Amino acid sequence: MKSLSPTDLAIRYGFLLLMAGLIVVFSVLKPAFLSPQSAVFILQSVAITGILALGVTATLVVDGFDLSIGAVATSAMMLSAYVMVIWEMGAVTAVVLCLAMGAAVGLVNGLLIVKMRVPDLLATLGMMFLLVGLQRIPTQGNSISTGMVLPDGRTAGGAFAPEFLMLGRHRIDFILPDLVPLSVVVLIVIAIVTWVFLELTRHGRVMYAIGSNAQAAALAGINVARYRVLAYVISGVMASIGGILLSARLGRGDVASGNNLLLDSVAAALIGFAVLGAAKPNAFGTAIGALFVGILLQGLTMLNAPYYTQDFIKGAVLVVALVFTFALSGRAGRGRA
Amino acid sequence: MTSQAITIRGLTKAFGRNAVLRGVDLDLPAGRVTVLMGANGAGKSTLVKVLCGVHSADAGEVRLDGMPFAPAGPAAALRSGVVTVHQNINDGVVPDLDVASNLLLDALAEGGGLFLNRRRMRADARRIAAAVGLEIDVTRPVAGLSLADRQLVAIARAMAHRPRLLILDEPTSSLSLAEAQRLFALIDRLRAEGVAILYISHRMSDIRRLADRIVSMRDGQVSGLFEGPELDYSGAVRAMLGHEITEVDITIPPRGAVMLQARGLCLKPEARPFDLTLHKNEVVAITGLVGSGKSALASALFGLEAPISGEMRLDGMPFRPTNAGQAVAAGVFLAAKDRLINAVIPGFDIQQNLTLPFTARHSGPLSLIRRAAERAAAERAIAAMGVVCQGPRDGILTLSGGNQQKVVVGRWMAEASRLLILDEPFQGVDIQARRDIGRRIRASAAERATLVLCAEIDEALEVADRILVMSEHTIVGDHRNESIDLARLMAEVSGAADKTKEPA
Repeated sequence: MKSLSPTDLAIRYGFLLLMAGLIVVFSVLKPAFLSPQSAVFILQSVAITGILALGVTATLVVDGFDLSIGAVATSAMMLSAYVMVIWEMGAVTAVVLCLAMGAAVGLVNGLLIVKMRVPDLLATLGMMFLLVGLQRIPTQGNSISTGMVLPDGRTAGGAFAPEFLMLGRHRIDFILPDLVPLSVVVLIVIAIVTWVFLELTRHGRVMYAIGSNAQAAALAGINVARYRVLAYVISGVMASIGGILLSARLGRGDVASGNNLLLDSVAAALIGFAVLGAAKPNAFGTAIGALFVGILLQGLTMLNAPYYTQDFIKGAVLVVALVFTFALSGRAGRGRA
Repeated sequence: MTSQAITIRGLTKAFGRNAVLRGVDLDLPAGRVTVLMGANGAGKSTLVKVLCGVHSADAGEVRLDGMPFAPAGPAAALRSGVVTVHQNINDGVVPDLDVASNLLLDALAEGGGLFLNRRRMRADARRIAAAVGLEIDVTRPVAGLSLADRQLVAIARAMAHRPRLLILDEPTSSLSLAEAQRLFALIDRLRAEGVAILYISHRMSDIRRLADRIVSMRDGQVSGLFEGPELDYSGAVRAMLGHEITEVDITIPPRGAVMLQARGLCLKPEARPFDLTLHKNEVVAITGLVGSGKSALASALFGLEAPISGEMRLDGMPFRPTNAGQAVAAGVFLAAKDRLINAVIPGFDIQQNLTLPFTARHSGPLSLIRRAAERAAAERAIAAMGVVCQGPRDGILTLSGGNQQKVVVGRWMAEASRLLILDEPFQGVDIQARRDIGRRIRASAAERATLVLCAEIDEALEVADRILVMSEHTIVGDHRNESIDLARLMAEVSGAADKTKEPA
């Protein structure tokens, strides 16, 4: 390996060092921060946004963008609640329908962008609005919970299946009893699978080629349109997984939750550009980005920072990360134009 | 005696260490069409950009009607009466506005009252349109016009400035024959009104129709000026391509079985259909000016654009690819020209760039890439092409242009093909890289047919067993690369073969 200049080192390891520094500072100020419970709490707090962020990373890799992920997640939450509470069906049906819905939305997004030539931001923005509205129509804008009164006057008889609720609430024994929530396991598995897919398989390689120079990729015989659609399908499915976990954690189809999902997960994916000086979307960076935000918020919460400062802090972290990516690394043509 | 609208003396311009204009001397007389010819990189565009105020010259002098002319920007050039219609026609019009607003755009941009007087605008616009013979409803949005009409709008808009010099940069490249005729009629009128016209084109039919004089550029200098009642078109092409007799050391091997056979291939509605037969163990070069149809042929063979008519057979089987993937699967590879646009993946390292089309051959179960196999393939290609680099994991953009070119050409030589098409494989590379790439093309040609497209005749002579000439989207010449009659070849390139007598 070539020796690296201090600037290169700062670009490459700066963000990880910053994160380590944060952990040290919080641990000194609040020793409880270093406990396994605290670590698990952080992971749990970022599980859903992390999964969504990994999905949006797939679209960023092909030089696209998916603004509909938050709406897909909340739609999946409402759909799962509707399936179990009102249609009185089981957990498996609910999960399968949610995943299918996510894939279908991703497919429509992809086709709008590839076939109808709608710009990615606009197509997914439109889809976001559509879903935000659509998910409220069946219940006339009400949240879904067991025993609710339906529009026709009947009372909903179904309930969330216990095995569905486990997805959001069950904890696995790991070192300590009842330590690791199932949702954290799902996050870790998805992070690893996404990383392997993007970094180690030829499909991931080809997607990066498309993001870097789509014209050259097409002239290398690659079916650019198909991979673009695939990226949006991945994003849609991931978002629906996030929605399933959200639904299982809340135990109801809550029309008021999930407002922050889109911005939080996009921020995590963009912060990921700065990790290890990648200067491009990458799964490892996205996971670290989500974790970074989680650590910062948990630490500040333990130091009694008021909740309303959270968005400000997330925004500040994002801006710093973007400066890392675009100004310091200064490699022309690597980021999104 | 006509007056000189523009005199240019000793104009130089460099970008970094790259000298693009190296002392250009040029006069553009009023009321004459001066055609400017030059290969890619000869400095035509830079010259135009200096004249229209986009770049400022490093040294030298430009005089407009005897007065020093050094515009501070495009708007200043326009006010002084130098009007440019660019190749990309949308630079000259705003598609979302109507014709009237476009015609008056410069007046609108310069200010005036806060509110627009619609009726007066329309009247002004009609007057401007009528002045160039453009009959059109000025309330129509420009986006709904044909390309030719848009171009006329751009010219009409320019003419409102009473120009002294009108620069047209490849104006007919996307026009049909009838549309081009309308443009020519307009140019005739402007010429008669005493406007100096600088017309940049490679289309010999346009040049024959319009040129009063031809100026050839090569390597940032004027390499030939042709005037008089009988213009020497072949001479102009020769001055532009500048054939320096290179050591041609080609031993033509016996050619193998027929690999590709195309019959009645027609690449453009008005072009004459042609046949093409390519053999195994044969390197065929196609030469011709920019826009002569070389790249259109490559697009047809590689499935990017279906030919108008004609049928192709590859290795005896019918061959009609509808996308690049199908062509690659059938064993037809294309190393595209303009590497930074069409070939280089800037975010990838050398190895990833080399293996891009064939990742499937280097991956195992679950599509996981076998890193050792990929690295070995990359190292083989680097050695075979003679890429000068630290190692296969260096970023592609750290390489020099010649070495980048070796990578994107080598990408397609790493696997066996039936037909390998190389579109301008020597573009923007130094002489050493050119020799290396040429040698590698010839050394690996035994089991496939090879088609090299190059505008420079020298390059064709260096690499090919057989040289075909394209002009006006059809093949007009076929030469075995042994004691070629260069005068005849040049005449075919300039489209003069059928029309002028051969030199005795």
